[in-house]
Amino acid sequence: MDTVKLESEPLGEPIYDARGLVELDARVPKVAEIHGEHAQFDARNMTTRRINMELRWLLYELGVREVTVLNPGARHSLGAGILTRCKINFEGSLGYFALGMIDGPEVRIAGRVGWSACENMMSGVVVIESNAGSLTAAAIRGGDVVVKGQVGARTGIDQKGGTVIVLGDAGSMTGFMMQRGRQILCGNVGPGLGDSMYDGEIYVAGSVKSLGIDCVEGEWTAADTELIERKFRIYGLGSPPQFQKFVCGKKLYNYDALEPSERKLVL
Amino acid sequence: MCGIAGVIYRNQNGGQRIGRDMTSMLQSMRHRGPDSTGFALYRAPTEDLIVRIKLADSTAPRDIEFEHDVRRRRRDAESRLRAAGAKILSTESVNEYTFTATLEYDGDIKRLADYVESVPHTEVLSLGHSLEIVKDLGDARSVSSAYGLDDYFGSHGIGHVRMATESDVDIANAHPYWAYPFSDVAVVHNGQLTNYHQWRRRLEANGHRFASMCDSEIIAVYLANRMENGDSLEDAMHHSLEDLDGVFTYMCVSEDALGVAKDDLAAKPLVLYEGDDMVALASEEIAIRAIIDREIETYDPYESTVMVWTL
Repeated sequence: MDTVKLESEPLGEPIYDARGLVELDARVPKVAEIHGEHAQFDARNMTTRRINMELRWLLYELGVREVTVLNPGARHSLGAGILTRCKINFEGSLGYFALGMIDGPEVRIAGRVGWSACENMMSGVVVIESNAGSLTAAAIRGGDVVVKGQVGARTGIDQKGGTVIVLGDAGSMTGFMMQRGRQILCGNVGPGLGDSMYDGEIYVAGSVKSLGIDCVEGEWTAADTELIERKFRIYGLGSPPQFQKFVCGKKLYNYDALEPSERKLVL
Repeated sequence: MCGIAGVIYRNQNGGQRIGRDMTSMLQSMRHRGPDSTGFALYRAPTEDLIVRIKLADSTAPRDIEFEHDVRRRRRDAESRLRAAGAKILSTESVNEYTFTATLEYDGDIKRLADYVESVPHTEVLSLGHSLEIVKDLGDARSVSSAYGLDDYFGSHGIGHVRMATESDVDIANAHPYWAYPFSDVAVVHNGQLTNYHQWRRRLEANGHRFASMCDSEIIAVYLANRMENGDSLEDAMHHSLEDLDGVFTYMCVSEDALGVAKDDLAAKPLVLYEGDDMVALASEEIAIRAIIDREIETYDPYESTVMVWTL
């Protein structure tokens, strides 16, 4: 594609729109510089809604394959709901609910993200160069989320697939109610790891403050080694450290309604 | 939901535009709480004692009696200050229902506050050598301009935007809370406390007074009670993690320190930036970026954390 010059809408005074909920009648700003399949725009004076509209316009309507967003300024809800294969580079930190529900994009964030990044992600890759807040990769179904710093609490809560890789420490209740998928945690982990998990694997290289209910140490197999080496190779993370594997103890699969005294009678 | 923010400038002699900074931080989080906004700001301590007194609520009806009542309460409050042994050096009206008095006083702080609050509908908002609490209904920008906070220079401060869940929308229930009867200690809180009534009964039995029905006030009074019994601010905050039940992230400030505590579920957010000369923390990074316009390294402190920074 050749360089496209389009008329842009004047930005005017930025409207307060922290959550992207106002400005229902906003129009696409059309301010990106487009060079072939790559586009770039400065989000400094744009509202959340306009940034997301600009992204969608570039990716869906113009068919641009790679977009670089400058100065995202830790705004919330950026890049949510992008459903196409593409590359997005955020040159700075993002706020809450970044990249929720995405299906396909390969995203690099040169900064940190707030709470609930990549929530409900279906597929794709998100690499966060710095730290992430709590609830990172909540309920993801597929794709890889790589956090090069530390994460907050409840990482991968209700995870249903995909892989979460954290190079730093992780907070409490990591992998809470996890149902499928993998977590590769290279640092130390807080209390309640894998609490009430149904399935999936959690690999931890550092110390675990305490295990959650029904989370037990698992048996290491050759497939585990292969997975970790492959993921480290793909993301250029060097040689992997020694990991411990944790899985579901499956004690909670069946509800045991008996009191201890009743159990004695039955047995 | 509520949003909290704090900033402390270290090793800089207290000449920072703390009022403007806090306004920018709180304004960027107004989606977290549109009901009321409050500030606790600190400047270099003076010899004199500054007391900020509220004579009526901003929601009080402006009927024919209002002006008369406020004037009478102010006269009574000033005479109680004198009766408690304070010498009033100057007074200044902040708005139609709030005024500050600069005092020469070296007696018991609790006695002074109790004397003033014995005037009906009167509340001591803040009392100290460097603390001033400003709180009112509306967003940060409107409260800040009504109270002229843009020109407030100081060393550190905390603030709060409130989305009321448990109690009324009025000034009495707005944060920050002054840790009565400790001069220069204030608290803001994001969360809910579930053993509020238990602690309120316990603390009231110890002679503490409550100015509102808001669960967050318990933190200020709890810390005051601990400090009264010899704890340092940091020790009191550590004990609070054991004693307070519920979900919370709260910030506490004193004359020369700013502290933050998170519950053991890490259920309420906090983003922290620690620079060489300043520390800024808030419920959302967007608030910190409102005063630092560049990419910065921030992180979320973990569960059961207590952190304190001094000037």
